[in-house]
Amino acid sequence: MQDSLKEFISANFARIELQEHKNGQTILEAECQPGDLVEFCRCLFCDQHMYYAMLVVEESAEQWIIKHVFYAPSGEMLHVLVRLPLAQTILPSIATQVHAADWHEREAEDLFGLTFEGHPRLGDFVLHDHWPEGTNPMRSSFDASQSLPPGKQASDWQPIRLLESEGSFAMPIGPIYSDVSESALFVLETVGEDVLRTIPRLFYKHRGIEKLAEGQKAHDVLLLAERFSGTASFAHTLAFCRAMETIGQIQIPARAQSIRLFVAELERVRHHVSALAKLCASTALAVAASQASILEEQMLRLSCKLSGHRFLFGMNTIGGLSMDIPEELFRQVLQESQEVGGRLLRLRRKLTRTSSFLDRLQDVGVISQQDARAHAMLGPAARACGISMDLRQALPYGPYGDASSLHIPTEQEGDGYARMRIFFEEIQVSLQLMKDALETMPKGPVAAENADCGAGAALGWSEAPGGGTFHWVRTDEEGKVLRWRLGTPSFANWHGFHLAAEKFAFQDFPIILASMGLSVAESDR
Amino acid sequence: MSRWLTEGLLTHKPTTAYPARPESTAGISPGLPVPSSELTGQALEQLVSMCRVGALSKEKNTLGFDDGRCIHCMRCKGKSPKELEWDDSYEWARLTKLGEKNLAKLSASFKASLYIRTIDAGACAACLTEISLLAGPNYNMHRLGFFMTPTPRKADVLLVSGPVTDHMRDHLLEAYDSMPEPKRVIAVGACAMTGGVFGPSFTCAAGLSDMIPVDVVVPGCPPPPLALLHALLVLTGRKQQAEKIRALGSDRS
Ligand code: SF4
Ligand code: SF4
Repeated sequence: MQDSLKEFISANFARIELQEHKNGQTILEAECQPGDLVEFCRCLFCDQHMYYAMLVVEESAEQWIIKHVFYAPSGEMLHVLVRLPLAQTILPSIATQVHAADWHEREAEDLFGLTFEGHPRLGDFVLHDHWPEGTNPMRSSFDASQSLPPGKQASDWQPIRLLESEGSFAMPIGPIYSDVSESALFVLETVGEDVLRTIPRLFYKHRGIEKLAEGQKAHDVLLLAERFSGTASFAHTLAFCRAMETIGQIQIPARAQSIRLFVAELERVRHHVSALAKLCASTALAVAASQASILEEQMLRLSCKLSGHRFLFGMNTIGGLSMDIPEELFRQVLQESQEVGGRLLRLRRKLTRTSSFLDRLQDVGVISQQDARAHAMLGPAARACGISMDLRQALPYGPYGDASSLHIPTEQEGDGYARMRIFFEEIQVSLQLMKDALETMPKGPVAAENADCGAGAALGWSEAPGGGTFHWVRTDEEGKVLRWRLGTPSFANWHGFHLAAEKFAFQDFPIILASMGLSVAESDR
Repeated sequence: MSRWLTEGLLTHKPTTAYPARPESTAGISPGLPVPSSELTGQALEQLVSMCRVGALSKEKNTLGFDDGRCIHCMRCKGKSPKELEWDDSYEWARLTKLGEKNLAKLSASFKASLYIRTIDAGACAACLTEISLLAGPNYNMHRLGFFMTPTPRKADVLLVSGPVTDHMRDHLLEAYDSMPEPKRVIAVGACAMTGGVFGPSFTCAAGLSDMIPVDVVVPGCPPPPLALLHALLVLTGRKQQAEKIRALGSDRS
């Protein structure tokens, strides 16, 4: 599949060096001179319609290795690589052409002290203003075990405001707001009743897990992968384990693959039910909200019955699974999940007949397909605006093998209502996948006998409930993690969040927020 | 609208009977390890090395367990040569020394109804999900006089989850300061108790303890909703009271 891409590159970019690395995983690498970077990436993103996954910055003893990772729905993956001597910290920004890279470059500027020339917006991002100038925690010289002197935060942070007309004002919401919510700040720029623009400020929950992982055994990093975004723990451990399994060239038993699929889909169902419960609550439709909440609790109990933990912690392990599950239990969990599915169908019917509910979702929080693509939005939020991207199909991995027949629900409107329908629809697809997995589940061991990993580097990915997630891992001979880079769906989708929160009535804000199904923890890391 | 009314009336209300009766439905809690004194020698060493966060330790040749460190990685469950037992409990909350002292000073009205402000100080969202379910039909904390409030100025209790990131520290302190007296604090989960897998580090504190006074701690990663209900009852002394009454009753019979 890579052949046509290779031909295209050699024909149009003669100066770019193509290399194929094989290490359990074929990685096509295109090495660029900084001068060619912007045009090359523009061509991949705008002309070749490749997707942007993430920016991986690595600092070796002698040089910077900077990679933009692209992929295509047809299965190609390309790492665009630039090497710089360590003393050189300036490189061209691709964000003006590949808008999806905007936040990635801002993050790398903060954490590594790199300068992306031509980037329109650098400054206060992952590290808020009170961090001492020149602190770049991802640099290898930075000691992560130190605790920083408590700098006083400025409580009056203001974004750069676009509106300067008379009567306009900026209204902050957060970082602590509503009854139970993840910490994040939103500045709503308003004129009169209408909000014209929303600027989110994130990273209040930044825990620096990529740095914390450095020097730890992969088995221990797994604990971080499981806990940085606890509501999608299985998807993230799956991506991380897959990266490690690629490095160690570990064969996963067939039964483990099948169980992983079952559990990953179970997690998706639970995640989407939870998103729907929040959506119902945001519209103050009390009966629907409490029905959805009952179903959410039921899914948590099912997860616990299956794995011993309500959020499936402790199940995934490098090489397979940490436990086997008796057939009978699988059947029971499937059956009860299907019952939840049935009740959801009923709930959807009721909701779609409630005009007061629909009025609050239809044409609210609209994102155009073009904008969603420019921001490389992922998951249900992207599929609601007609982008049929799903890593289970685009880059079939592990348990999904040949997933070309996978049904990927998409909608066109890109509004809150479309996103709600996607959540409902995907639950039914997941239930079907669970059923299929159980019917064909092979017997045998659930973990590879030897799960040792040595030195290497690999990319692992999975379709998390919120969209595709990418984990880049590099290890040393002892299997300790040297670099762990995460490209999460919430990070991509928060980047595009403002698109949904433009020109709306103030009271719609909680609904727009809920309909996106975003996680702050997953984005802030 | 009337359709929703009938729908609501027809919905079976699954509210737990807890605290009047213990809840035993499957899946309500992951349980916790029960260290037994029978574990010795190699089995003991093996278990201790299995626990990557130091929740299990060797104490004078028997197994020590620090529940505040347990991150529910489940690695010590049913895997050692001599199995470590797990229970399916959820009454995990306990008063700190300060909490005990403070409890004596509480008025009856404080005990009867509480306004709670939840703060996410860098939690992974699993803890928050469990907190949010408290107000749902399964746990319905309102029946016990517990309510959420978005304003710290109206709050009696601060419910904090997460290791306390550098970016949330000042906001947490500000919320605490703006609460009226008497005010109480509950540390929710391994993160808020000890920093969990994240802290202490360059971005996170070791949980709440050295930042604001804590009255009640709830172990777990995350503590399930019933453990949180238990924490609220313990904070107000209502759990202890109920137990006393129950003990009196059984004395008589
Ligand atoms: S479940 Fe708790 S006690 Fe057991 S190994 Fe994990 S952290 Fe340690
Ligand atoms: S204690 Fe566990 S569940 Fe709670 S925030 Fe921390 S990692 Fe998440």
